[in-house]
Amino acid sequence: MSTMAVPDIAVAPVDEGFWTRSRKVGLTLLALGLLSAVLFGALATDQQARFTLSDDAAGTALEINGTIGAILFGIITIAAGAALLAGVPKRWFLPVLGVGLVAFVLSFLCWQVSAAPTGQNFMPLVNIIRGTFILALPLIFGALAGVLCERSGVVNVAIEGQLLMGAFSGALFGSISGSVWVGLVAAAIGGAFISLLLAVFAIRYLVDQVVMGIVLNLLAVGVTGFLYERLMQTDAAKYNSAPRFSNWEIPLLKDIPVLGPALFRGNIFLYLGLLLVLVIHIGLFRTRWGLRTRSVGEHPIAADTLGVKVLRVRYRNVLLAGVVAGIGGASYTLALYSFTKNMIGGKGFIALAALIFGRWNPTGALLAALFFGFADQLATYLGAINSVIPSQFLAMLPYLATILAVAGLVGRVRAPAADGKPYIKG
Amino acid sequence: MEPGEIHALLGENGAGKSTLMNVLYGLYQPDEGEILVDGKPLKLKGPSDAIGAGIGMVHQHFMLVPVFTVTENIMLGAEQIRGGIAGFLDRRRARREVTEVSERYNLRVDPDAVIEDLPVGIQQRVEIVKALTRDVDLLILDEPTAVLTPQETEELLTVMRSLKAAGKSIVFITHKLGEVKAIADRITVIRRGKTVGTASPEASRDELAALMVGRNVRLTVDKTPATPGEPVLEVAGLVVDDDRQIRAVDGVDLTVRAGEVLGVAGVQGNGQTELIEAIMGLRPALAGTISLAGDRINGWKPKKVLRAGVGYVPEDRSVDGLIKEFTVAENLVLDIYDRPPFGAGLALKPDAIAASAKERIEQFDVRTSSAEAAVGTLSGGNQQKVIVARELSRPLKLFIAAQPTRGVDVGSIEFIHSQVIRERDIGTAVLVVSSELDEVIGLADRIAVMYRGRIIGIVGPDTPREEIGLLMAGISPDAAHDAIAAPAADKPGATTADSPGVADGSPASDAGSASEDEA
Repeated sequence: MSTMAVPDIAVAPVDEGFWTRSRKVGLTLLALGLLSAVLFGALATDQQARFTLSDDAAGTALEINGTIGAILFGIITIAAGAALLAGVPKRWFLPVLGVGLVAFVLSFLCWQVSAAPTGQNFMPLVNIIRGTFILALPLIFGALAGVLCERSGVVNVAIEGQLLMGAFSGALFGSISGSVWVGLVAAAIGGAFISLLLAVFAIRYLVDQVVMGIVLNLLAVGVTGFLYERLMQTDAAKYNSAPRFSNWEIPLLKDIPVLGPALFRGNIFLYLGLLLVLVIHIGLFRTRWGLRTRSVGEHPIAADTLGVKVLRVRYRNVLLAGVVAGIGGASYTLALYSFTKNMIGGKGFIALAALIFGRWNPTGALLAALFFGFADQLATYLGAINSVIPSQFLAMLPYLATILAVAGLVGRVRAPAADGKPYIKG
Repeated sequence: MEPGEIHALLGENGAGKSTLMNVLYGLYQPDEGEILVDGKPLKLKGPSDAIGAGIGMVHQHFMLVPVFTVTENIMLGAEQIRGGIAGFLDRRRARREVTEVSERYNLRVDPDAVIEDLPVGIQQRVEIVKALTRDVDLLILDEPTAVLTPQETEELLTVMRSLKAAGKSIVFITHKLGEVKAIADRITVIRRGKTVGTASPEASRDELAALMVGRNVRLTVDKTPATPGEPVLEVAGLVVDDDRQIRAVDGVDLTVRAGEVLGVAGVQGNGQTELIEAIMGLRPALAGTISLAGDRINGWKPKKVLRAGVGYVPEDRSVDGLIKEFTVAENLVLDIYDRPPFGAGLALKPDAIAASAKERIEQFDVRTSSAEAAVGTLSGGNQQKVIVARELSRPLKLFIAAQPTRGVDVGSIEFIHSQVIRERDIGTAVLVVSSELDEVIGLADRIAVMYRGRIIGIVGPDTPREEIGLLMAGISPDAAHDAIAAPAADKPGATTADSPGVADGSPASDAGSASEDEA
């Protein structure tokens, strides 16, 4: 087509000035590094900080002198910060940031472990990793439920309720039938029931989705609490003693050092959760279902004009989210504990935070959930070695990080464009 | 519709053109009547039925997912699949198809580009490719030129001709007379939901315009030459970011004098919105100065700017100008409700508000059932008159009108234009921003053309529209002059700058017909 060329005469590069995001993060990292090298280095003792690789304290371990370790890792953090400050190519930003943060955590651990009471100068890595995953598991399921729902444009604040209903019906029907599998199916249906209510009110009756989610959480607490008191407590042996999935050891993988005992001798929920992350990730970005789901969450009118049934896609995804969260709830009652009132205790909301921190991506949500799980596990560990750091302070950190992430410090967080907006045809 | 025909559907805003086409595309259901394809009645339950029947549509607001790639957008709804039930996307095949179709019709697009990074003209091309990959025979283009530069419009007309040559039928919806005359084989004029006539492209502009609006309209704005006085608004080196922190205004210098109209022309999205919002104090100025009659007003709150004697008609009245649920009377005092005579202390004075409303409704010819009717129930033109009435009822030093007649009927356009000129004649400095080039040419005493955040040229209202069109596309004044020197020479009488059509916002129409002549 012959048109005259339009010269780009006024393309002014957007000048961010010297203080780009990368530089700001670099400066923060540099400050953290200085803090760790000086403060942690000074506080650390000459004890060896041992990170044990096997189940017992005496086995093989990575060792480093506490003071040296704290200072060394602090310097690595400083180096990472300085690199960012000096300016690195964009694709190096995340790896360098990762190295810096991990080094900071290690510096902190060198101080803590070396300063622990004599005889406790070790950190059992296997336990820490295993604990991290166990604590992260409900968050993983919950965040995946969020991904499924919100990618199609329905805000899922009801994750808490879905988890709780799953845990409850898993326990109840597992106990009655005496079968873990019946319990698992019942848990999925329980979660889907809460989802169904969310879907009908949000999609059909256009009720505000956030308000609806909160109401459903309260409903789930109320219903399960009532039935727990009237049914389960009166005859716990009959109604609240569900069989549990035993641990499955995966051949070969279980023999990998550290990771084997930490991850591959777990229960079905751990494997299922990790598998679901993979399946949903591939599903979202590689299949027709995923393309349609994302289009409905971003621009439902466009999807409609191409013959995609917007409401049907949303119903389906919200229900699937309930199934996933319901199974997540069962990871409590069919593997770890018997049902107690309000046993999810806010994990559904933390899963929501993981969803946002993970930028509505299944893998991102997994990493965010693990981060939260690790912080939780670390708090427990530090409590056990009588650390000077109050464990509540540590328990607070992940949420502080989430607030910073949502505020845009770690890059732009962008929700699906039509998230929370009901679709009205015509 | 015949195969290989371009059929223009012409009508004013709100005449029912888009509704009709949405019915044809299955988005809305008809209450009565039927659609015949090849003599057989067609029942459309949804867009997929329409696509199945060979009907494709390019909507006025593009139906593209901004975060998807071109290929993803095109394959959506008709995905190429492998792997059976799992439904894995076959991106390679989809990509190949996009490339093939875009090459066959000479519509170059990068299949892997993300939509939100593409300019509007290319996005429209993606929309057309999307329809073509679905093997449509009939393509509906709903107001396709509204967002395009004159040069992009010309390209689109070329594309339409090549589609026609390939045997596709096109329904071309517009309210721009020039384009219709340039391309259509047959013209149907619609007014208030009814077909009021068909015409051939040979019909004159005045005839078509008269059919559209149902009475003869003046296509010019009556005004005497301006008598500019002291500078009122002075903007120097202004830099403003948009909502996404992307530079929108990049070093603008402007002066508006008392008693003159400065018109800002330009394709929408070249920083006009941000410029006005910065002047009004709605958006921070990152650099540069804005002064009003000598006072530096950078960083002032909008209220203080308004009180300093600035009248403001915002570009989107449904978002900024009015509170739709409030009554006409209330909307008329939104700026001064807290001052005497309308307010005293904590209380409003309903009687004074009602009296003043009555007076202004009469003065500004606002057609409303009563002063107590909610503003949202009024037609677009009358809503706009409420805003204009409110803003012009204060003594002003500067009057800023952004898109003053967007979505307004022809009668109200005339009235609003005459009010703008009246305000100029009493010595107010006026700044008009409009993406309708004819409006700018008609109103302005000087025209500033904005392109990518800069004023690329300031020209007089007698400048040929082609030259302004080239400026709007970012071609600097000298180059623009050279570029049109040749074609302008061999088409005398094509210049319409002396009789700009109000209902015809198509700056490229003449360029388009010119190139057809050459071909």
